[in-house]
Amino acid sequence: MAQNIPKDIDETLALLNGADYVADRALATVLFLSLKLKRPLFLEGEAGVGKTEIAKVLAATLDRPLIRLQCYEGLDVSSAVYEWNYARQMTEIRLSEASGAADKQALSEDIYSADFLIERPILSAMRGVNGRSPVLLIDELDRADEAFEAYLLEVLADNQVTIPEIGTIRADEPPIVIITTNRTREIHDALKRRCLYHWVDYPSADVELEILKRKVPGAGERLTSEIVAFVQKLREGELFKNPGVAETLDWATALSELDQMALDPEMVSDTLGVLLKYQDDIQQVQGGDTAKLVEEARALARAG
Amino acid sequence: MVVSGLLPDNIAHFARALRRAGLPVGPAAVVDAVRAVEAGGIGSKDDLYWTLHAVFVKRHDHTAVFHEAFHLFFRKRDLIEKMLQILSPVVEGAQKEKEKPKAGASRVSDAFFNQPEQKRDDDVVPEIEVDARFTMSSKDMLRTKDFAQMSALEIAEAKRRIAALSLPVDKIKTRRFSPSHRPHRLDFRRTLQSSLRSGGDLLLPQFVAPKEVPPPIVALCDISGSMSQYSRIFLHFLHALTEKNRRVHTFLFGTRLTNVTRQLRMKDPDEALDGVSDAVLDWSGGTRIASTVREFNRLWSRRVLGQGAVVLLITDGLERDGTTDLAYEMDRLHRSCRHLLWLNPLLRYEGFQARASGIRVMLDHVDDFRAIHSIDAMADLCSVLSEPRQSRHDPKKWLVAA
Repeated sequence: MAQNIPKDIDETLALLNGADYVADRALATVLFLSLKLKRPLFLEGEAGVGKTEIAKVLAATLDRPLIRLQCYEGLDVSSAVYEWNYARQMTEIRLSEASGAADKQALSEDIYSADFLIERPILSAMRGVNGRSPVLLIDELDRADEAFEAYLLEVLADNQVTIPEIGTIRADEPPIVIITTNRTREIHDALKRRCLYHWVDYPSADVELEILKRKVPGAGERLTSEIVAFVQKLREGELFKNPGVAETLDWATALSELDQMALDPEMVSDTLGVLLKYQDDIQQVQGGDTAKLVEEARALARAG
Repeated sequence: MVVSGLLPDNIAHFARALRRAGLPVGPAAVVDAVRAVEAGGIGSKDDLYWTLHAVFVKRHDHTAVFHEAFHLFFRKRDLIEKMLQILSPVVEGAQKEKEKPKAGASRVSDAFFNQPEQKRDDDVVPEIEVDARFTMSSKDMLRTKDFAQMSALEIAEAKRRIAALSLPVDKIKTRRFSPSHRPHRLDFRRTLQSSLRSGGDLLLPQFVAPKEVPPPIVALCDISGSMSQYSRIFLHFLHALTEKNRRVHTFLFGTRLTNVTRQLRMKDPDEALDGVSDAVLDWSGGTRIASTVREFNRLWSRRVLGQGAVVLLITDGLERDGTTDLAYEMDRLHRSCRHLLWLNPLLRYEGFQARASGIRVMLDHVDDFRAIHSIDAMADLCSVLSEPRQSRHDPKKWLVAA
């Protein structure tokens, strides 16, 4: 039995919290609305701020199956929505020929029946998994092309898929749809209009500290607060790619694996590759005064 | 919970204000907003803020406008304060004091008080005396004539000619397939469909081949004093391209970077160019190439340079600031796009030599270097974009020659 959706914003917040997803009230509000109004949720934000994680947490806490559609260039209907089982169809045609069945109309109805249909993620989300309506995660939509976006309009607005040979398949209970994008291109307004939009930003220091405490309990308190202060400090600068929460978590794990109790300038510059993924950024931080940065982070951590 | 009283009315008014401030808020969004508020669970002003934000805001950059509008709208509107706002040119933010007006503030105040900011007079195309000879042999003359020396009439004619140019037909392969007669790959679905049309007796193979689409074009146009005339004309070229349903992103830069892609989507070229003039504040000022390219790299490159984009950089390359940053940022730009084409009106001079340090630095990081001062040069650009990569000439030869 799928768990009921939360009744208000506080309950949504508690739900996420219970699954160790630390969210701010803005995200809880928009998530609550999307569940309540049964509208798709459109999450935009830099890589590594926890967009995909929201869908996973939702599926886990609401006890619904998660169907994930990873977008890529050239993604088309036959790999995203449905495909006909051509081999079986051909066999069917040959068999009917061999048995001498003359009714051609019946043949074409036969081979375009549900038996010959192969479900892909979107169609199975519409049909539900074992009678339960799933969480449909359409991940990194910006990687698919505009043509695919246009196809999604029908799915998002009316929770239905139209297959020319059969007709329209409508979801009995609309799935919870979460769309994420990294903004490598703009998604068309027509698609955004059908969704609730939320920009997932880098977390504030308090939130990030809480995330780290829950996800990397092995790291000492001092190390954790210094890491958060250091990362927050980095994000204030002008890096090409700011480190996301995912990178902070990796870094904290790495440093605690290395048995660090506090930030050490030398260790910081040796492990920067975990945090920053562009050589220019690494050079910029290493070229600057790492010791001073660490010192500032320490002071911040002590104060906060 | 059913919302009673004035809230639905207020939301409708608020939506109207947002619309005037430039947010695309349709009637459907208003209905959604009222429904969202009715969905209940709204305990505080903050909840109301994020609820309305979820419905009305569809782009990250609209958040600033929304923020201003919300705090202006949903606070106790004191008469004296209101009067003050009408009198002062820019509305102060409701909560924090800032020395600088926040982004979106002036648009919002326009929307609330219908008191548009003073618009600067649009530069009119400078009228230049033209020799009588030129009027005689108009057509051929016009083709090679420098844009900067054209009269208003000639400019109008040039604009017509640009709209009629045969535009580039460059294509890149995508991973999507479309029907084709070439036996590239079998299309089972269409094969079966066509077979059934004949009753399933005949099985004629149908094929698909990789679909080809024109790559997106990203134009960075310098609008500083020396360049503004060329860029203005070039915008007509970009508008013509945008019209042909090509994905074109247009940025203008002088001392700062402005994205004018949306304005250029307007159907009428003059309307589109008017929109651009309104959006840009630094026409014919100075130029800072390195810092604006840097801004582009940081804020936009990952958003618009996907899918094999071609970058057209239109500038004279005369950088006043140092060139170390310029080299670094040009390198970054070059590595982020598929093809970087530099269009420089200085090339119109017969004896052009790459002497200026800015030009030498930039030449190191571009794939092609062309003139862009006349209609002929523009036609040349079209053919450069269309022709295969091999036949393009190497920009490095300018470095050797100088």
